[in-house]
Amino acid sequence: MTVARFWRKIPHRYNLIGTHCTTCGEYYFPPRQMCPTCRRDGKIESYQFEGKGEVITYTVIHTAAKGYDNQVPYNLAIIKLNEGPSLTGQVICEPEELEIGTRVRPVFRKLGEESEKGMIYYGTKFVVE
Amino acid sequence: MRDVAIIGTGCTKFGELWDRSLRDIFVEAGVSAIVDAGIQGEEIDGLYMGNMSGGRFVEQEHVGSLIADYSGLASELHVPSTRVEAACASGGLALRQGILAVASGYADIIVAAGGEKMTDVDLDTATDALAAAADREWEGIMGATFPGLYAMIARLHMHKYGTTSEQLAAVSVKNHHNGTMNPIAQFRNEITIDTVLRSNMVAEPLHMFDCSPISDGAAAVVLAPADVAKKYTDTPVYVKATTQASSPISLHDRADITTLDASVVAGQRAYKMAGLTPDDIDLVEVHDCFTIAEICAIEDLGFFKKGDGGRASEDGETAIGSRMPVNTSGGLKACGHPVGATGIKQAVVITEQLRGTAGKSQVDGAGIGMTHNVGGSGGTAVVHIFSRDR
Repeated sequence: MTVARFWRKIPHRYNLIGTHCTTCGEYYFPPRQMCPTCRRDGKIESYQFEGKGEVITYTVIHTAAKGYDNQVPYNLAIIKLNEGPSLTGQVICEPEELEIGTRVRPVFRKLGEESEKGMIYYGTKFVVE
Repeated sequence: MRDVAIIGTGCTKFGELWDRSLRDIFVEAGVSAIVDAGIQGEEIDGLYMGNMSGGRFVEQEHVGSLIADYSGLASELHVPSTRVEAACASGGLALRQGILAVASGYADIIVAAGGEKMTDVDLDTATDALAAAADREWEGIMGATFPGLYAMIARLHMHKYGTTSEQLAAVSVKNHHNGTMNPIAQFRNEITIDTVLRSNMVAEPLHMFDCSPISDGAAAVVLAPADVAKKYTDTPVYVKATTQASSPISLHDRADITTLDASVVAGQRAYKMAGLTPDDIDLVEVHDCFTIAEICAIEDLGFFKKGDGGRASEDGETAIGSRMPVNTSGGLKACGHPVGATGIKQAVVITEQLRGTAGKSQVDGAGIGMTHNVGGSGGTAVVHIFSRDR
């Protein structure tokens, strides 16, 4: 991945900045410029999510994604944020601590790396609240 | 719009075809199909081909041109050739584009093909290429793998409906059994529930034997207007419905994680187009990229009520000889899953069944069959209904 491709998403990945449609009131993370409900009638503004939420479902990954080999096994979850939208993220805890319904909060962590000389990706992971 | 029929089919063996290239397998499948249809190259009005990722798997784009060329249809006949991409639903979508071209009256004879050559790269690269079917920026970069996404569907399905690992395994056992009867299948060996449960964990709760393999293979069908189909074959198979639906690309944006709503909608549209109900379908090839995907599919297409797919699979209600045979080919699990080929292979299998030439896996009296092809974790679904009778 090029530097620019990661860099342009830094505010969203580091600080959970998504969007909010003031026409219908829906919140979006990842950010969307087009509201799926209001479409062109939607008025979209940036919104900083608190990042607290609840695990809807999860898995423990044993065969890693490329660049994530040194992290296995790792917990991956879909987390429903308090404001409404859901996102995919890692939860740092023992697998036994993780259940559907577990409350989590965000932390700033290294997500992955390309190689010894390549990019290191930082962003948001989650821990049990 | 005109009615459309399949008048010929062709398929390569599926598996690790070390001695064959992408162009070799595409041409083999295409030639088999046109020989089966008894047509000449001069009659072909166009080619549509499903291919997910020639760029990642064999560093080759412009696959439409390449295959037209090596099929002998480019240098003198200049036959138009279009590559179609929708991740693992590329084949089904190529078939749909071909059907629409004939139905519209713009073309008469179309070859719709699909192919993928996945074993020319290492496993890491193949897995990463497949991960591109999900949202790279908001799923992939968080460490999501494809098995990981379907594992999260499985986990919630278990939580909500009591589905068990043994029920997931039963899907794999049944599909391997069906694969033993399919001469082109990648895996033709019986397995047991224990084989699945004792295999390596890939993404909990999915074991290696819950996952479809990395495969090479290609398939093709020849399409013609239904009115003239009998000129080419005594046993045309008629297209009763071709439908497609989109849904958010990311699993986390779906209204219900355990329902592929693109499958539900594409299915409903297909039943409406054909004037049929799930009860009218004699057999179905569904997109079992993972065991949980087959369970979701048979629920989402209306064959079993939501939450009952695991129990039905365990109780043998999807086996050949039951009311609703699912994946008589062995499905993606045992027949193999060369991603761009799968949607076309499903149509080949249903055509053979409706012609009554499916050999040991023949479903008695098969008159109406369905195919269901999914892209990614459910961002695209393509459904077709075929009939022996017009």
